[in-house]
Amino acid sequence: MDGRKSKQSPSSRAVDLDQHVVEVISDAGEGAQKCGQSFASIAAAMGNGVWTEEIIPAEIQPPARSTAGASGIRVRIGSGDVCNAGDDADLVVAFNEKVLLGRMDQLAPGCVVLLESRWKEDPDPVIAASYAQTRSGLLEKGYRVYEIPIEAECLKHVGNARRGKNMFVMGLLCRIYGMDPDLARTQVAATFAKKDESVVASNQQLLEAGFDWAEEHLELRFRIPAPAVAEPRLVVNGNTALALGVMASGMEVCAMYPITPATSTSHYLSEAFERMGGMVHQAEDEIAACAFAIGASYAGKCAVTITSGPGYSLKQEGIGLAVMAEIPLVVVNVQRGGPSTGQPTKAEQGDLLSACFGSHGDAPKVVMAASDIEDCFYSVITARRIAETFRTVVVLLSDASLATAQQPFPRPRFSEAWLAPPVDQSPVPPRAQPYDWDDRTGLAERFVPGRPGGMHTLTGLAHDRMGHVAYDPEINEEAIRHRSQKLIAFQKTLKPPRIVGDQEGELLVVGWGSTRGAIEEAAERVRADGRRVGSMHLRFLQPLAPGIKATMQKFERVMTVENNWCDRTTDELVDEDNRRYSNLAWLLRARCLVDVDCWGQLGGRPLKPGAIEQAIRQKLGPERR
Amino acid sequence: MSFAPDARCLLLDDEHYDLEDYAGATARWCTGCGDNAILAAMQRLCRDEQLPPEKIVFVSGIGCSSRLPHYMKTYGFHGLHGRALPVAEGIKVRRPDLHVFVSTGDGDCCSIGAAHWIHAIRYNMDMTVVLHDNQVYGLTKKQASPTSPRGLMSNTTPRGASLEPLDPISVSLGVANVSFVAQVVDWIPELFSGILNLAFHHKGLSFIRVLQRCPEFLPNLFDPWMHDPDKVLLLAHEDGILPSPAISRTYRRQENHDPSDLNRAREFASMADRIPVGVFYRNEAVPCYEDLRRPDKLYTADAIRSAVEAEFDRFTVWPGEPQEERARR
Repeated sequence: MDGRKSKQSPSSRAVDLDQHVVEVISDAGEGAQKCGQSFASIAAAMGNGVWTEEIIPAEIQPPARSTAGASGIRVRIGSGDVCNAGDDADLVVAFNEKVLLGRMDQLAPGCVVLLESRWKEDPDPVIAASYAQTRSGLLEKGYRVYEIPIEAECLKHVGNARRGKNMFVMGLLCRIYGMDPDLARTQVAATFAKKDESVVASNQQLLEAGFDWAEEHLELRFRIPAPAVAEPRLVVNGNTALALGVMASGMEVCAMYPITPATSTSHYLSEAFERMGGMVHQAEDEIAACAFAIGASYAGKCAVTITSGPGYSLKQEGIGLAVMAEIPLVVVNVQRGGPSTGQPTKAEQGDLLSACFGSHGDAPKVVMAASDIEDCFYSVITARRIAETFRTVVVLLSDASLATAQQPFPRPRFSEAWLAPPVDQSPVPPRAQPYDWDDRTGLAERFVPGRPGGMHTLTGLAHDRMGHVAYDPEINEEAIRHRSQKLIAFQKTLKPPRIVGDQEGELLVVGWGSTRGAIEEAAERVRADGRRVGSMHLRFLQPLAPGIKATMQKFERVMTVENNWCDRTTDELVDEDNRRYSNLAWLLRARCLVDVDCWGQLGGRPLKPGAIEQAIRQKLGPERR
Repeated sequence: MSFAPDARCLLLDDEHYDLEDYAGATARWCTGCGDNAILAAMQRLCRDEQLPPEKIVFVSGIGCSSRLPHYMKTYGFHGLHGRALPVAEGIKVRRPDLHVFVSTGDGDCCSIGAAHWIHAIRYNMDMTVVLHDNQVYGLTKKQASPTSPRGLMSNTTPRGASLEPLDPISVSLGVANVSFVAQVVDWIPELFSGILNLAFHHKGLSFIRVLQRCPEFLPNLFDPWMHDPDKVLLLAHEDGILPSPAISRTYRRQENHDPSDLNRAREFASMADRIPVGVFYRNEAVPCYEDLRRPDKLYTADAIRSAVEAEFDRFTVWPGEPQEERARR
């Protein structure tokens, strides 16, 4: 490819777009995700907003050419910031026709399909027939199919195309979307930075081959104009952002047990955090991971344990202990489809209530949720700080859709204020008590082992201010009150959540966690029709920020939008007396005595703004004249 | 951290700790309970070693045995049933200055916490673990435990326990990285103190199983052994313990056992009729997890800043930067 040529011809034929949704779908192991991630980074470097969503099969080596084995990535590119994965795909690259079949309901009308054509002349007549049938089906539905000899072209440059097709495809995409070829080449070098130079060179060659092939054979040209980028931005996914947050928060220990979709956080930490001097402890089980983190934190080294739903359930006993004994602890739950083993690689927000109320007894703890990739980073820092200041457990909820989604955000400016203070080893004043609760705030100074004069036995049994086992119910009640008081005191530091869009009107949509971008986009579309809709996104779920009830009362109707289950009022036996609401709707109804409705979907993937838009319109009903 | 301008620092050298400096709340175990003997031995060890109480952490799970931290005037962590070991590991991993002791029972260690026990031996972190093995659940009032003898009548086994007991010594000796395993009985306190001292000085996880009486629920369990000293076999060696002449007069059955011999240790462990007392295995060469995982640099704010900035660099897209510079990164 020739940089000058592409600069000279910004393609007068190019169609200008605000945004486009691109998908690359392959068999597992063919590198579609690497292709999409790199393409997203190039788009980000061009100044575009991007959001990626990975399409991950459940098995490591699913059968080739199968619908269930489809592995891939969606990249939504926009002129401005992109805050969610969007609706249906506008352009799809498929490495075989089979992997496309499971995505047919995700294609926008007139979608462009770039289809690997080698299957057309496959010696196996069944394969050749399948290809022909799928292709004609696509054409019948009005999709624009382009057949591309991906593998044949790659074989002109490399011996094994299986590991090179992805960069050829990235070359195609870069040409189609008018990406700067130099940026693309640089990105390939970055993508394969850990490999030796020959790998970088051959992948750059494939990139160029794809670029040139598109130049010669494809008339498709799209342009998504981007404003000039003014500041450096980070491009990472949610799990890496969490990991960077752990590092930047000054925590020293991460104790974990492998579980999808949380584990990649620990993969990254094992590399970068350990290089810095931190520690990732892979414990023998989830319970041990939680107990190890509690031990480290008790000894003054604030720790995090990172898990997903089933692991979170196993940690509940330990979380209760940390609440009872007032040991700071950050627990990250990257939620997945549940209950039980559920859908490990799929997105769901089903753990909110178990995060708030899961432990036995009265176990007040802080629960917060990250709403985008940048938020994953800062939330860990905030969580560490709250945990240590209030001597309590902070549960940070993320989910599978944030875990692997990439989104650029302004490069954080490091601040020493993010870090944990050094371990206090000063002598404890005579007669000081390890649980000397302040009557108003419930707070008490912590005696970390090593402090002379502070010796006491911490216990999960009910205890008094000295930490002595309390058999007296009145002392127990006093302790419970003080632990509850801490949440009250913390709540007093929170500000009312911001309302996006109309500040009063027909409908308020309330959400939490990863759905923020999709909800705001959906509400905006409805507002464009003159409907008075506001949206509010909650960062803190326990305690709830002040002012939520007052906000809700400014709207005629309130509904939550969540990626979890709620009974459908259209089902025959469901009525007001037995309907089970979505997680947040339960909370808001109980807390605010407002008739909050809910809409939820369990598609196993991020909610689409289009689906939310439809739900909002349905809730609003026809416009009153 | 503040350095108090008083004379505290100067006094440290003169500080001398007596037994009562380690005595916490009054023990509430039953009269005649073996836990009392273990507590006394622990307090003597701390006194003999003159350990600053603020540098000691006793960690326990749940059960009669796990009340022990309350009776020490040190730092204590009385946590969850079965989870004493992972808590202790978390405490020790970044605080090598702390002396960590674990008190656990046969239910706590060998049943609900069995996974942690096996992995704790494999981690081999520098701590002293005492298994208070009375072969019955006491705090919940007489249920069979994994170490209960077959046929034991208990509230959950009214027709007698149906399974053979699990042997904690054999299990411990079977785990990779095992570095110190010993067994004592609560009715020979002198040997217990000697072994506890060796265990404390052992670099790595030292595991001591104490066979102890439960006067409330199994008062006669060890009678055959207590009444017949010949049913006790002392494992003697200069690298383990050498019984005093007084002990040797009572306990005449002794065998020379080199604690570096793992296979022989396993043979002793599987002895059916006699209770071996002494050090089964001891190997200082096994690395400790906390040493293997110790960072090679200080964890300072500057180190964190530069590491975090370097990671940011990896993922940054720079605006309007010359292409050559970008390519060089």
